[in-house]
Amino acid sequence: MNFGNRRYIITAIILAFAFIFAIRLLTLQVVSDSYKAKAAELTEEKIRIYPSRGLVYDRNGELLVANRAIYDLMVVPRKTKEFDTLAFGQLVNMSVEELRVELKKARNYSRHKASVIKKQIDPDIYARISEKLHRYPGFFAQARTVRSYQKGFGAHVLGDYAEAGPSEIENDHYYRSGDYIGKSGIEMTYEKELRGKKGAKYVLVDVRNNVQESLSEGKYDTSAVAGKDLYITIDAELQAYAELLMSNKMGSIVAIEPATGEILTLVSAPSFDPNLLVGSNRGENFRKLQVDSLKPLYNRATQGLYRPGSIFKMVQSLVALQRGSITKDTRIACNRGIIGCHGSHSYDDLEGAIIHSCNPYFHQVFKRMIEPGETTNRFKDAQIGIGRWNSDIKKFGFGSNLGSDIPGIKEGNVPNQKYYDGIYGELGWAFSTIYSMSIGEGELLINPLQMANLAAIIANRGWYHAPHVIKSIGDEGKPERFLQKINSGVNEEYFTTVVNAMEKVVGQDGGTARRARIEGVTVCGKTGTVQNEPYPDHSVFIAFAPKDNPKIAISVYVEYSGFGGTWAAPIASLLIEKYLNDSISDPSKEERIIEQSFGMPKKK
Amino acid sequence: MNTNRGDIRRNLDWLTIFLYGFLVLLGWTAIYSAGYDAAHTGIFDMEAEHAKQLIWIGICTLLAVVILNIEGEFFIRFSPISYLLSLLLLIAVLFIGKKIGGARSWFGVGAFSIQPSEFAKTATALFLAWYVTRTGIKFNALSTRLIAATILAIPAGLILMQPDAGTVLVFSGFVLAMYREGLSGNILLAGFGAVVLAVVAILSGAATIDYPFYGEQSGIWTMMIVMLFFGILGIFFVRSFVLPRKRKRVFRILAFSLVGALAFSYTTYVGIEQILKPHQRERIYVLFGMEVSNPDADYNIRHAKAAIGSGGWFGKGYLNGPMTRYDFVPEQNTDFIFCTIGEEWGLFGSLIVVAMFVVLILRMIHLAERQRSQFSRVYGYSVASILFMHMLINIGMVLGVAPVIGIPLPFFSYGGSSLMGFTILLFIMVRLDAERYSVFR
Repeated sequence: MNFGNRRYIITAIILAFAFIFAIRLLTLQVVSDSYKAKAAELTEEKIRIYPSRGLVYDRNGELLVANRAIYDLMVVPRKTKEFDTLAFGQLVNMSVEELRVELKKARNYSRHKASVIKKQIDPDIYARISEKLHRYPGFFAQARTVRSYQKGFGAHVLGDYAEAGPSEIENDHYYRSGDYIGKSGIEMTYEKELRGKKGAKYVLVDVRNNVQESLSEGKYDTSAVAGKDLYITIDAELQAYAELLMSNKMGSIVAIEPATGEILTLVSAPSFDPNLLVGSNRGENFRKLQVDSLKPLYNRATQGLYRPGSIFKMVQSLVALQRGSITKDTRIACNRGIIGCHGSHSYDDLEGAIIHSCNPYFHQVFKRMIEPGETTNRFKDAQIGIGRWNSDIKKFGFGSNLGSDIPGIKEGNVPNQKYYDGIYGELGWAFSTIYSMSIGEGELLINPLQMANLAAIIANRGWYHAPHVIKSIGDEGKPERFLQKINSGVNEEYFTTVVNAMEKVVGQDGGTARRARIEGVTVCGKTGTVQNEPYPDHSVFIAFAPKDNPKIAISVYVEYSGFGGTWAAPIASLLIEKYLNDSISDPSKEERIIEQSFGMPKKK
Repeated sequence: MNTNRGDIRRNLDWLTIFLYGFLVLLGWTAIYSAGYDAAHTGIFDMEAEHAKQLIWIGICTLLAVVILNIEGEFFIRFSPISYLLSLLLLIAVLFIGKKIGGARSWFGVGAFSIQPSEFAKTATALFLAWYVTRTGIKFNALSTRLIAATILAIPAGLILMQPDAGTVLVFSGFVLAMYREGLSGNILLAGFGAVVLAVVAILSGAATIDYPFYGEQSGIWTMMIVMLFFGILGIFFVRSFVLPRKRKRVFRILAFSLVGALAFSYTTYVGIEQILKPHQRERIYVLFGMEVSNPDADYNIRHAKAAIGSGGWFGKGYLNGPMTRYDFVPEQNTDFIFCTIGEEWGLFGSLIVVAMFVVLILRMIHLAERQRSQFSRVYGYSVASILFMHMLINIGMVLGVAPVIGIPLPFFSYGGSSLMGFTILLFIMVRLDAERYSVFR
């Protein structure tokens, strides 16, 4: 038999398999992309290059915030060898148990990739560890940059810089697990400017995750761009002094340069050393501050909402003058039947009413605004009146964040019709329901930044710049929006009476703010004493100086300290004197303040 | 038997020699690339495998020249001795061999290792050709076939004891050579059927089915019940439609196939589920895309496919394949050498390599067919079959269409034994072919 033609069957079988291979090669190499992606995932690695974060200087160029290195202890489980866990634990200050848990976590994450074993080792401790670390293969330290606060103050303004949380990473893909981000203060507002831009180096790694060479000779690499330095408006010396004066007290101080809206000082007391929240003790310190009953983490200057008290009488005066509800010569009898008053006066004009803080006068002023007489129904009239009043008041920045660059400002409450309808029902309220607001009590809530801004508006006779802390981003200057003047809606002429009255509040014998006087400087101010039943009153004072061409506008709020003239006014005057004269003429005045302490009071 | 050197040189099949040279050199460049380290680029660094391979290539070139100068008659006469010698070596390696990767397949000779099974393939091919072409041998006699089967089974069995399943599988390639000599085509059909049955048995065996009364059991029972059902159906079919005079014969075939298929399926099932070690079983499961408990079970093949798949149309360029160069692909200069080609030369290069192998195999068939001597023809087909099986298993493995079985890619994979084995295998055929005109029918 001849089987010669079987060669063709055999050839066909061989070609059939070759054809299967060709098809398979085509699908693997050309049709499917997943193998390319898989290979890239395995072999290519992006190494991020972290830029240095911008530094922060005060308005006089003094360094406030610098960077320092801190070390994370890392492990690549595959590279470790048998080691004495007890000795290693002692070296890095971890218990054997902790060490075991962390090593297990690391192994579960990846055997080839590095995991953190212990975070944030301070450099001095790291120095001790690094000497012996070579004995433990697989372990190494990775340097990270954290903040170093050159002065232990300004925690609330400067803010917090810490590891980004899951939601922050989710929202901005710039961040990866372990990256740091500004959490509050200017660190948060100017995060994008401060952080710079991460660079990237693409490398090829081998199967043991060792870097072998750069990908495509560095074609895709980008270099890191350093963050921009910030110059802020805070005056370091004034800030330090303000914090000193507020020691052992609760409350806030905000000082603004009226001509520019620059915040010179912003204090929330009690405060804390921002360095507490840096380094290995951050967690513990953060917890301590969080559970502190005096709430030091809380920024009273921008988040503390208070009833303004008598300082609000100036706002009432100004909007009433502008509306024509009164003139500067309007006299109103001090009728103490409806609302209490103090001091000896009976029939003041506007200036006198401000100087004496005459409650019945402003009760009447507010009544004229809330009941404009558009209709005979006093309920409907109040609706019209509060609508106009609300828009007038809001032009002073109340009920808003003022367009400031401080994050997390609580806007406060300037009640409108809707607000009262919600409480009393539509047409369920009239002037008689809401009259407490006439003297800055009642439902009105504002924050100390808004109070200082009010002082700045009066100092400028009618306008303000959004109060801000940024003086210059690098050398680019400040954002355009802070150069815009915002009008209060009240004509300059109406300010004259109010300013004159504020001058006399401080300067006139018998004025409520006698303690705010400074030799050689005309201080204009207004005290407030905010009722706070059943606790002692809050003491409040706003001021600006000098009267002409003012350089500083200030609000001081001291919780539970009683009469505004006794505590808030002298604190303000000390700061004004310090800022304008750079020295204190009467050290005893300073001593009295520093030594005084107002803790959390018992009920009266 | 009068040959002179001039004749030989003129009658040499230069195409085969060219293909051999091309594949060996391409293989060497792939080995160089797989071990390439930018920091150590010396070609003559004796520690490096590409340098050792260069020595092997030199030795093999000499070997090829020597073989071409030995008369064909020598190989024919030498066949039984070479076969016996290789059996002795295969036995010896089981006792004094060096254990590498769990298998006792190697003799350690100084810095080098010799793998006798690489030479056993050639020896078996020679002896098989010698046996079936002996005067007085009738190939269609049962005794001839049994002896031929025994000739294959003895070395295969010894190699299985090492164990080296890949090389054993290569021995099944001799079936193609025997088919050309007159073995029934049914054996190819049976082989094809066995592969299909094995696949179905593996898939159904791994499945779990909730049976009435018996609860959850392996799906293999369902498969066997279905086969039995169709077998019975077949009996009725034969009774109704097949002519009575042919009925008996058809019944016999049917019954034989049914029993065979049932036994084979069940054996496969038991073999896979109970005899194979878990990691071997998982390799097979991975091939069929089944879920396995060990996430690294398909590590090799996953990385091999990623390496080849990332090559695209024209590859990443020579010395630019990070998957193969940075050790993501295991055994990247021996069993997985094809990945280097796939990654660095892309579809273009891969197809060229596959095509070169196909051309070489078909050339072997062509040479075999033009022989006057039956010995040369049987030997030629054996060479073609061995090369074909190696290509099938090796490239099939790296492409993820065959299970992971360690077996070198001829001429490509790093290793002296393998290269020498294939050189001897191929050049004996080239020599036999060169003197084809001197052989009388």
